[in-house]
Amino acid sequence: MPLLTRYFIKASLMYLVAALLVGGASLARAPLGLPAWVGLLQPVYYHLLMVGWVTQMIFGVAYWMFPKFTKTQPRRSIPLGWVTFFTLNAGLLLRVIGEPLVTLNPAAGLGWMLVLSAVLQWIAGVGFIVNTWARVKER
Amino acid sequence: MPRLAVWIVRTSLIYLGCGFTVGAYMLLNKGLTLDPNYRAWIYMHEELMLIGWMLQFVIGVGFWILPRFMQAPKYGAIELAWGAYLILNAGVLVTIAGGWLEGPGSSAALIGRALEIVAAAAFAVYIWPRVRPFLVG
Ligand code: HEM
Repeated sequence: MPLLTRYFIKASLMYLVAALLVGGASLARAPLGLPAWVGLLQPVYYHLLMVGWVTQMIFGVAYWMFPKFTKTQPRRSIPLGWVTFFTLNAGLLLRVIGEPLVTLNPAAGLGWMLVLSAVLQWIAGVGFIVNTWARVKER
Repeated sequence: MPRLAVWIVRTSLIYLGCGFTVGAYMLLNKGLTLDPNYRAWIYMHEELMLIGWMLQFVIGVGFWILPRFMQAPKYGAIELAWGAYLILNAGVLVTIAGGWLEGPGSSAALIGRALEIVAAAAFAVYIWPRVRPFLVG
């Protein structure tokens, strides 16, 4: 299994745990009297699960298992693979922190975190598509 | 990878690109509020991501990787699988268009959802006999 795949899969497992903790906290907010901001974590919960866990797991396994691009470059571009990994994770983490902060303090000037997060995650999506497209081919 | 798997997986990659773009657009607007109505895009985003990207990717990889038959036709009732693919994508597009033009509860969006259910059932019927130990029959 390539090093990058291990990074993708291990990161995705950490997001799964984080997502379930956030989801659990949202459910337990009222009964346990947790602070009100925990109620703002719904979009964070969805995206930890869907982007952090599922999509990232797919990215890692596809990078490993899909048909080879060429004999000399089986996984197409390794650097682009790493760019995808870092932009996806930096973007998602920025969102996880930034989204509740912006919702709580709309006037605090933190909107840039979400803008940067959006750009980073978008780059990750495009990076994965570019690196994968030509590997999806008939034998 | 058989031809249909190439079509399904590449289609899912197109939806991934569209869905991430819509998501990034909404997130950007959550930060900058250039478009205060950005939430109008949520329904389209959900459909692109959950059905267009994830579900379709899984179907494509399942079609590629599950055991084939030893005798021809190796992929079984392939017309049924093509049908599922076409109906699924018709469903996604109709759901998105219906949701955008007439709202998520509109009859157009519901017709799109019904097509998706038909596609899911067709794929399940198609793939059922391929869920078995390798190199059997
Ligand atoms: C597989 C990937 C994804 C899935 C399955 C997904 C799913 C969803 C769902 C179900 C919602 C609705 C949540 C609600 O009703 O509160 C949503 C909202 C949203 N998504 Fe995604 N999403 C994905 C990726 C992304 C990405 C990559 C971005 C940004 C780059 C993004 C940005 C947003 C934004 C800004 C909202 C609106 C949040 C709000 O203000 O309530 N999504 N997404």
